[in-house]
Amino acid sequence: MSKYLVNKFLYTVDRDPELVERYREDPRGTVTWWETERANLILSCPGGERSTWLEFTGAEREALATHDYVGLFELGAHNFLTLTLFIALFERDYEEPLAFQREYAARLSHWTVPYPDIST
Amino acid sequence: MATVAAVIASTHHPFYYRASTAAGADRPPFADEWVAKIEAFRETLTRARPDVLVMVGSDHFHQLWLDNMPQFLIGKAPCYDANWYNEEREFGLPRMFLQGHEELSGYLLREGMDAGFDLAFSNELRIDHSITCPLITLRPEADLPIVPIYTNIFAPPMPQPRRFVELGRAIRRLVESWPSGQRVAIIGTGHLSLELGGPRQFGPQGPDPEFDRKAVEWISSGDLDSALAEVSLDSLWQPGNATHGFMDFMLMMGAAGAGVKADYTDSLDLFHTMEAYFTWYPEGAAAR
Repeated sequence: MSKYLVNKFLYTVDRDPELVERYREDPRGTVTWWETERANLILSCPGGERSTWLEFTGAEREALATHDYVGLFELGAHNFLTLTLFIALFERDYEEPLAFQREYAARLSHWTVPYPDIST
Repeated sequence: MATVAAVIASTHHPFYYRASTAAGADRPPFADEWVAKIEAFRETLTRARPDVLVMVGSDHFHQLWLDNMPQFLIGKAPCYDANWYNEEREFGLPRMFLQGHEELSGYLLREGMDAGFDLAFSNELRIDHSITCPLITLRPEADLPIVPIYTNIFAPPMPQPRRFVELGRAIRRLVESWPSGQRVAIIGTGHLSLELGGPRQFGPQGPDPEFDRKAVEWISSGDLDSALAEVSLDSLWQPGNATHGFMDFMLMMGAAGAGVKADYTDSLDLFHTMEAYFTWYPEGAAAR
């Protein structure tokens, strides 16, 4: 399990307007590229000082590659990171204000506390 | 010594800026009441005539990240740029530029560490909406120097609630001991019950109105004993999965003082989350 790396994907995509669009249009390709090229970059370090050990589990990779925010919730991805990025991806497709956010809630309605652990 | 001109605790709602500036069909039906409440709340800071603002908030995974996460951090820089691309994108927040107050930042860091808080610091900090939202509501001119203080209410493992209270007490004590003639307002923002990225988000009210009712009572009456008895890191998941932001309210209760009633209390039941506003005047009635 690599919740940290899932969070790192959500975080680094969310803060980059070009990556937000790329992930919206081509989720699987973006996840594959990101895991190969970006997953091991330490954000405050030069590229030569990268890590060598970070990779997604199969379930994490598949949840990200299919825009499966319910799956990400269940894997313990950070709720704020997932929500913020997915609003950027899909809110535009809904006419009513907050309609996407409400659908998001409804799709998680089978959950009651305690929710999956988001600790990293 | 410096004067604590006001202690102010508030929710920070990133939708306020857009709601309050929208016109015509885009203006939500609750906007006028919200703006009236904010303008009344703003007056409680204005009348305190502050020279400097100590601003307690929390970075929402903007500059602070899981590879290097401080629990409590004080900005010590001459200036701060503020608000981020994803806050423009989602909330329509404007980019802002704020003056810092390095002398007070340095004093709080040195004295805070000597008082038992191993505070992190940042000499280049981009501020986010936890601090710009209360500036937009309370001091939209953004013309006063700030000392930003960030707390981790976001990424487990987090400090215990009592530690937030203790830090609030320490900030109050240290500001009062700062050798300066300045008038300092201590302003902190947090949340009542809040759900983000979970099944209870964006409902017609906050996810736990009963928690909100109790929380407003604790804060307005300064009832730290009840808050500390009922609130734990584990219990805060129950009212909503982003309710750990309530610990910043507890920090502000520490700054206001145990048993000290707020001089001003207001709230507004909105969709998604309840808004709540509190002001204390440590100088007493003369300042009001």
